[in-house]
Amino acid sequence: MADITVRMRVNGGPRSATVPPRLTLADFLRERCGLTGTHLGCEHGVCGACTVLLDGQAVRACLVFAVQADGAEVTTVEGIASPAGELSPVQEAFRDHHGLQCGFCTPGFVVSVTAFLRDNPDPTDEQIRDGLSGNLCRCTGYQGILKAVRAAARRRQAGRP
Amino acid sequence: MKPPSFEYHLPGGVEEAVGLLAELGEDAKPIAGGQSLVPMLALRLAAPEHLVDLRRLDGLRGVEERDGTVRIGAGTTQAAVQRSAEVARSVPLMARATPLIGHFQIRNRGTVGGSLAHADAAAEYPAVALALDARLEAVSPRGARTIPAGAFFTGLWSTALAEDELLTAVDFPVRRGRSGFAIEEFARRGGDFAIAGAAVAVELDGAGLVRRCGIGLFGLGSTPLRAPAAEAAATGSALTGIDASELGRTALAELDSVPADLHASADHRAHVGAAIVARAWRRAAEEAAHG
Ligand SMILES: Cc1cc2nc3c(=O)[nH]c(=O)nc-3n(C[C@H](O)[C@H](O)[C@H](O)COP(=O)(O)OP(=O)(O)OC[C@H]3O[C@@H](n4cnc5c(N)ncnc54)[C@H](O)[C@@H]3O)c2cc1C
Ligand code: FES
Ligand code: FES
Repeated sequence: MADITVRMRVNGGPRSATVPPRLTLADFLRERCGLTGTHLGCEHGVCGACTVLLDGQAVRACLVFAVQADGAEVTTVEGIASPAGELSPVQEAFRDHHGLQCGFCTPGFVVSVTAFLRDNPDPTDEQIRDGLSGNLCRCTGYQGILKAVRAAARRRQAGRP
Repeated sequence: MKPPSFEYHLPGGVEEAVGLLAELGEDAKPIAGGQSLVPMLALRLAAPEHLVDLRRLDGLRGVEERDGTVRIGAGTTQAAVQRSAEVARSVPLMARATPLIGHFQIRNRGTVGGSLAHADAAAEYPAVALALDARLEAVSPRGARTIPAGAFFTGLWSTALAEDELLTAVDFPVRRGRSGFAIEEFARRGGDFAIAGAAVAVELDGAGLVRRCGIGLFGLGSTPLRAPAAEAAATGSALTGIDASELGRTALAELDSVPADLHASADHRAHVGAAIVARAWRRAAEEAAHG
């Protein structure tokens, strides 16, 4: 099967590679870009661990082929903190409110919540729960995550990006 | 699992896309949002040799209202449907169904055409298309044709589309007069496919009698279904003369094989289904009565 050359911007920098069409965006990021923050739990769209921003929209990177992302702008969890390494309000809130335990699901939650709060800056608890429904966590019991999202929303409203 | 190998095609227009599908035959499949197809590949439930990506077919995206019809392009994402003020105003049932589909990350990629063509028996859009008598526009190298929703869903995950035929748009009637719409479902977790669900559309005439009633059922058969006996029982009656629970039982009594799986036995599913139809009917009737 013919390989295809793809070019995209990942966390602000250009990346290109020649890939088999069946390579998912998640495997492209992990194996070709060395960005192993994008985790793979189920590889069929259920768990949300692989969530990245594709042209600004949160998507499951295991359900997108790298060839479909040709020309796109991709942000992974590695691109969420500032270039100087300062945590984003969402990352800080997860740390402060026990939003993680083993951390396997965390990249997916952080990316999803970053997009969710951008589009819903002042969410109700019900909206937060709905916004979190696409990501699974086996450790925390979700209450710390819920608290973290509430806190991150307040932090963003207080003027942090 | 990793998806099996395939050859990738990226046509620039509908004609080129259906030409490719015709040339490649049964070994080819279109891919839109990939939110159903890629899981099928990963689980090795499908292994097409060629994928024809529809992402460059810009003409397939968008919402347009004209002559009493709202046309939604097949490539329109579920997220775009959710944001559309036109859909909210003119096809409220579609607007209300959309947030029930998966999660926001799924809706960012999943498309209207993909949901209908995938034809999952437990999916929301096919049941909405049935309840509203939507008309599906399809194109193949032989030209364009219109398929009524009632003739589109032919079996488990199968439709009236030919191998080389693409869904291009869906036409929904604009709501009119005194009408009400509701969609209800029961799932174990928010965002999961429903164990049972129902979409109800009711329209009243000048005298307040039911002029039209459309009931689409999902999760309750091997395809999305209508409930003709329940629809007939409601049509021509005054709202006050219709018992919602009775209507739910009538709808379920028509079904010959309610599926059983690890989420629910057939009996339980039928029981939940009748309650869900009743709930959707009550909400739709209430809206019609006050609309
Ligand atoms: C975790 C998760 C939860 C989900 N929950 C729900 C849910 O609750 N309810 C629900 O309804 N769906 C749910 N889905 C499925 C989702 O809605 C899909 O987006 C949708 O079923 C298919 O749309 P797509 O654009 O992704 O199509 P694809 O996956 O790209 O394609 C699906 C099928 O349709 C065909 N196809 C696509 N476009 C066309 C076209 N224009 N013409 C002809 N054939 C075409 C493809 O060949 C393929 O056979 C869920 C998915 C996931 C991963
Ligand atoms: S790895 Fe992509 S959703 Fe689970
Ligand atoms: S912290 Fe372990 S899976 Fe979420």
